[in-house]
Amino acid sequence: MTALTDDTLPVTPRAMRDEMILFVVMAVLLAAVPFSGIYPFFVMQALCFALLACAFNLLIGYGGLLSFGHAMFMGTAGYCSAHALKVWALPPELGILVGIAAAFALSIITGYISIRRQGIYFSMITLALSQLLYFIYLQAPFTHGEDGIQGIPQGHMFGVLDLSKPTVLYYVVMVGFLAGFLLIYRIINSPFGEVLKSIRENEPRAISLGYRTDQYKFLAFILSGTLAGFAGALKVFVAQNASLTDVHWSMSGEVVLMTLVGGLGTIFGPVVGAFAIIAMQQYLASFGQWVTVIQGSIFVICVLTFRRGVIGEFAHYFRRSL
Amino acid sequence: MQALYAQLLVGLINGSFYALLSLGLAVIFGMLNIINFAHGALYMMGAFMAYFLLNLGGINYWWALLLAPIIVGIFGMILERTMLKFLTGLDHLYGLLLTFGIALIVQGVFQNYFGSSGLPYAIPDQLKGGMNLGFMFLPVYRGWVVIFSLVVCLATWFLIEKTRLGAYLRAATENPTLVRAFGINVPRMITLTYGLGVGLAALAGVLSAPINQVRPLMGADLIIVVFAVVVIGGMGSIMGSIITGFALGVIEGLTKYFYPEASNTVVFVLMVLVLLVKPTGLTGRAA
Repeated sequence: MTALTDDTLPVTPRAMRDEMILFVVMAVLLAAVPFSGIYPFFVMQALCFALLACAFNLLIGYGGLLSFGHAMFMGTAGYCSAHALKVWALPPELGILVGIAAAFALSIITGYISIRRQGIYFSMITLALSQLLYFIYLQAPFTHGEDGIQGIPQGHMFGVLDLSKPTVLYYVVMVGFLAGFLLIYRIINSPFGEVLKSIRENEPRAISLGYRTDQYKFLAFILSGTLAGFAGALKVFVAQNASLTDVHWSMSGEVVLMTLVGGLGTIFGPVVGAFAIIAMQQYLASFGQWVTVIQGSIFVICVLTFRRGVIGEFAHYFRRSL
Repeated sequence: MQALYAQLLVGLINGSFYALLSLGLAVIFGMLNIINFAHGALYMMGAFMAYFLLNLGGINYWWALLLAPIIVGIFGMILERTMLKFLTGLDHLYGLLLTFGIALIVQGVFQNYFGSSGLPYAIPDQLKGGMNLGFMFLPVYRGWVVIFSLVVCLATWFLIEKTRLGAYLRAATENPTLVRAFGINVPRMITLTYGLGVGLAALAGVLSAPINQVRPLMGADLIIVVFAVVVIGGMGSIMGSIITGFALGVIEGLTKYFYPEASNTVVFVLMVLVLLVKPTGLTGRAA
């Protein structure tokens, strides 16, 4: 059986240096966006999805667990943040915390249930759980059903940062994304991350070495779900609404697609994939349902010919770990 | 009481679809090691095929019952020959991703041409009307769907568990290399198995066309429920899939009567309970 990511290179000082250089390049490019004339709303949206995809990738790329319900964390955090901001009138920083806490709680519950099965069953269970949540949110009064929570006040973060100004909001989202990205990078390169990779490569051997693999996978699930919730909470400020689309299975599918296009188990892949897919949706919006057909075709092409993804192919060609 | 019996019947009908679809998923998973995410889309294609046959070719329901599964089954076999077979030896998850992509393509194409609203498909003349059973009024078509599905399910079970062909199939599931060494064309068997599973899905689609309207997304949400059914029942046994499918349909029907708010979620809640009590599923072996 070929593992999901077939060439894992050891983390060498050179690899670390490459990754840090790329990270700085990415940060500088992102910081320059407001001066470039690129529509900041697009980049903010892409950043939220990039963080979501990175969180998803922590689970699939490093833990070997394909969650087909990651939208539930984003949607739950979005609803809870939106409710806290609008109804409880909390300041933005606390609103984000409420969203993260909700995603954290949800990931403990869903993780406890879904981690009991492996492989393909795990994917089906996460999908079913997210569908269960979708129906709950459809009927719960606080989500306002089909309308969603709209007109969410953006407010002043820490009392000084006026988030209704696009540039201020952009930098807040950017800093949030970079912080989340660095946290994931740190997790991957920690002893915990190394154990996780060993489980992905060969679980029976990891067990025989004395690791309680279920606990590692559970923790990875919680970290991934909570970070996905962070992305969902940030997205509330960008979109100023929280709706059912964020919990729907098609959103979970899009996250999978972003990560697959960028490269499963690569550090920068999900970011590239998220920007590519969001840009595609933006430019092809006028084609209606053909966007779904194109997304489906990308899935098929990626799986059949391009399993390493964009960044994965690059990394393979240059023998680097990116 | 009338309403309770009516909901039980609706439950049995949904249960027939769950049984036919989860049966197909189990057969395909056994041979190809793939969870066929496109199953819902192929079920939808079955319903559309019946619609096309009637409206473009003037071919009636009874022929559609035979032809639609064959046509969609051939389409499935082409998918297997051109795409799925290249996944042999790769991680199971790639099969899920590939078939998810296929489902998006198929559903997207149909949505483009037919929108999201439903197309009507009339109940055939022979099955119109209803019977008064004393305690309830039974629409003939609905009774027919339940009985016919049950017969098809049992026939599939018989084919796989009791015939020589089924024995080859089960042997090839256990050890394809050895079965090939005995001179049996395993790749062709894999293709036919996929066609069989897809045909069952299309058959469920034809059966559902007169009940639920023919819509491009009719299978999209259904397949997720069927996944939950498969998780509950496990994919180890054919009979297990059939029984779990029907039982969950009935439970869903009862929920619609006693606590309608939970009718959408009851299958998922049951899945959670089963996972907490018996993680391998009711009939399943460890994955």
